[in-house]
Amino acid sequence: MAQEHAAQIHGEHEDTTTGLNHRKMLMWAFLGSDCMFFGALIATYLVYQGKSLAGPMPVDVFDIPVTSVSTFVLLMSSMSMVLAYAALTKNNLKGFRIWMISTAIMGATFIGFQVYEFSSFAHHHVDINCSSPGELTDYEQHIFDEGCSNGEAHAESHEGLKPQTNLFGTTFYTLTGFHGAHVTLGIVWLLSLLLLSFKKGMITPEKNLDVDLAALYWHFVDVVWIVIFTVVYLFGVFPGF
Amino acid sequence: MSQDLSGDAHTGHPTAGQYFRIAVILCVITAVEVGIFYLEFLGHWMIPILFVLSTGKFALVAMYYMHLKFDHKLFTYMFVAGFVLAAFVIGFLLILFGVYT
Amino acid sequence: MSTFPISIPRPVHPTGVWGWITTIDHKRIGILYGITAFIMFISGGIEATLMRIQLAGPELDIVSAAVYNQLFTMHGTTMIFLAIMPLSAAFFNFVIPLQIGARDVAFPRLNAFSYWTFLGGALMLKLSWIGGATDAGWFGYAPLTSVAQNPGTGIDFWIISLQVLGVASLAASFNFIVTIINMRAPGMTMMRLPLFTWMSFITAILLVLAFPVITVALIELTFDRYFMFNFFNVANGGSVVLWQHLFWVFGHPEVYILILPAMGIVSEVLPVFAKKPLFGYKTVVLAGAIIAFMGWMVWSHHMFTVGLGAVANAVFTVTTMLIAVPTGIKVFNWIGTIWGGSIRFTTPMLYSLGFIAMFLLGGISGVMHAVSAHDAQQQDTYFVPAHIHYVLFGGAIMAILSGIFYWFPKYSGKMYSEKQGKISFWLIMLGQNVTFFPMHFVGLDGMPRRIYTYVEGMGWEFWNGVATGGVFILIIGFLLVIDNIGRNWRNGKPAPADPWDARTLEWSIASPPPEYNFEEIPVVRSLDDWWATKQGGAHKEIPASGGSGDEGHGIHLPQPSYWPMVTAIGLFIAAYGVVFNDLIVPWGIAAIGLVIGFVGVYAWSFEPVNDPEEDSTH
Repeated sequence: MAQEHAAQIHGEHEDTTTGLNHRKMLMWAFLGSDCMFFGALIATYLVYQGKSLAGPMPVDVFDIPVTSVSTFVLLMSSMSMVLAYAALTKNNLKGFRIWMISTAIMGATFIGFQVYEFSSFAHHHVDINCSSPGELTDYEQHIFDEGCSNGEAHAESHEGLKPQTNLFGTTFYTLTGFHGAHVTLGIVWLLSLLLLSFKKGMITPEKNLDVDLAALYWHFVDVVWIVIFTVVYLFGVFPGF
Repeated sequence: MSQDLSGDAHTGHPTAGQYFRIAVILCVITAVEVGIFYLEFLGHWMIPILFVLSTGKFALVAMYYMHLKFDHKLFTYMFVAGFVLAAFVIGFLLILFGVYT
Repeated sequence: MSTFPISIPRPVHPTGVWGWITTIDHKRIGILYGITAFIMFISGGIEATLMRIQLAGPELDIVSAAVYNQLFTMHGTTMIFLAIMPLSAAFFNFVIPLQIGARDVAFPRLNAFSYWTFLGGALMLKLSWIGGATDAGWFGYAPLTSVAQNPGTGIDFWIISLQVLGVASLAASFNFIVTIINMRAPGMTMMRLPLFTWMSFITAILLVLAFPVITVALIELTFDRYFMFNFFNVANGGSVVLWQHLFWVFGHPEVYILILPAMGIVSEVLPVFAKKPLFGYKTVVLAGAIIAFMGWMVWSHHMFTVGLGAVANAVFTVTTMLIAVPTGIKVFNWIGTIWGGSIRFTTPMLYSLGFIAMFLLGGISGVMHAVSAHDAQQQDTYFVPAHIHYVLFGGAIMAILSGIFYWFPKYSGKMYSEKQGKISFWLIMLGQNVTFFPMHFVGLDGMPRRIYTYVEGMGWEFWNGVATGGVFILIIGFLLVIDNIGRNWRNGKPAPADPWDARTLEWSIASPPPEYNFEEIPVVRSLDDWWATKQGGAHKEIPASGGSGDEGHGIHLPQPSYWPMVTAIGLFIAAYGVVFNDLIVPWGIAAIGLVIGFVGVYAWSFEPVNDPEEDSTH
């Protein structure tokens, strides 16, 4: 009886006006809404781009190779997620678990990169050799002008980039922080499903929708990162933008 | 309207192999993006190129990994409505704040 | 069958107060929404009355300037977020499932969660009067909301309670979008949807797209206040104009979120009491959709005097004037509907006709503001409150009153007093014009809004005195409405299923509807199907409303649940914990609230909609 009930709820064709599942429709409406959430955050970031009055700028702190790696990890986690879903629909519970663990680990790795990045930005320090400064960014030039005026050998700054430092810090940490919070929530969701799969009858091919919804959320977080990586990181360092 | 809403859903999901091929394409595009980023002679052309490439990635994930290509059109409308409106608001705010002047 | 580690027995056919607390029946939730929102409406009305008494004459000292600032801010926030929106939500809940021929909404427990969360947010905002409420105006312009300008907890309460209310509104809107798309009875195509359902659908779409923007704006403000971020900190390059943009990107669609359900109610009432189908059904639907679409392109008309530049002002002038076109189309359709009809001037009909007249006046002053050069004369004067009260009181509230009386037989099962209803209509109609029309005069005369007093000899005394007098006419009118509803809900004459000879499906079932709504899910063959059924001579026996629903019918309704309320309580505690984040352990209360919320969500997701073991006991 319970099984029939479940199959009816999660089957391919539902007993609804459109034949579509309620929960899946809610998920898509939520994702459309969440687009506006990130849209407003990205708008704030872009409106304030280049308007910072002091402190490090994107060109000072961004490390594109490192962020490229973390972007790669998140893209791979999306692939892992679809493979978990595909395994489940083929009733391959073992495969499902392996791919779910790998997805969660890659998500956690991405968060690890973000923690590393945040902390290295916050502790960003500049040490300029006053006699041969080389090519300087605006921020470094400022430190050079202040610290090298009296014949010192070195000009240093340990201020780093904190949310309070300037508009870049404020908008960058808020935007990427909320993305990170989305990823973290996603990891909790994936691990919950993984744990459930060890209880008999909780995760089955008929109930693939439970996994499908988590997967939609996970991929959404991935596409938001695709936008952030281009708009914030790549455009951020590009001097002409 | 309800008649055309009730079309068939799920006509053949991609296989694991296809998912893998899409992942490879995504990685290649990302690598190209990072590569282009270091080609300084491109100047301002870099922006539209990067834009098109990341839009491509976005579309691939949405269509294949999120199954929008195989699912009911309604889901696509719901998602695209939010996405397009967000892009519209971002663009309009940038114009109002004189970013392009 | 309970698979969740902490196994708490599920409420089984609870009665009395517990029945209401654990209910997931859309009709009961609608009534809860309605009563709560009406109480909030009264509280906002008391705030307004105090302001009007203070302004009755020059240099009065009834309330201090500081309290006055709190009064107008709380009045605006209350009326928009705690009164009009949830009053509309009350109708969404009660009416939509009945109009589309469904037994409940798509997510009954999410619906309960929306209500309890709304209640938490509402209480939180109103309780902030203790210790000083927010006083930065209902649109909270930066930098009035900065810690430097406003160190108290009033602004924090305002921010956090709006976030909580946002969660409630978003959850409800997702629910109704899915319900309307996916729960329609067989044959109920989108173009056969009753107009109220259509307008609610558009409202819900607007809401899920607009609310995230204010969420972000409030988050940014929160971070500025709590962690010294720089979003609106001019000293570090932040722009206070960005707040205005983000607020109005949300705020203008919000205006349509307030008015579209009202338009839907009027579009239901007019055809019924004119005994004619709605003139140009498709046009009215399309006009609603166009309003919703264009509502995103006009937000900067709230900011004409900020100095956005001639081009921006010109563009927003044009888009704002264009949006008057679909609105005007609707007005013509309503007039076309009653034209040549056999009109019954019942109370709901009077309110709907009053809506058309008053909303039209508000629309006309709206077109005046649309001209940016003209707006420069009106910005921040009483002309603007005059306009907003004609569209939101003369518009939204009149339509809501129309709906309250129109559906009264359906939700209460009783009839109200028609005579008393008509008297209350004329009092409210008179009272609002006496109160709000003089605001046009003093506004054009240069009286600024949001001043707590004025000196003698400015020429504002007379009309301010008149406006204050109008408030007392309004109060008498509303006391009559409350008496009419309250008394007749208990002791009124029992209502027949279809007292108005109406057109839509909710009138094809008993008053009040049984718990399961439709004994048999109806099959819809045309627009206004119930009317067509009656015209076709097909006699349909309407069963009298039975006791507690599902016995003997084999209809499995979703069962009551504790978890939506537990989750909402968790959110409420967490919200308080954010405001008082340094109490006892830093962020400790917020963490406790979040844990409770998480427990609620987990238990909720493991609780089946219908407990199979319970089913077998029937």
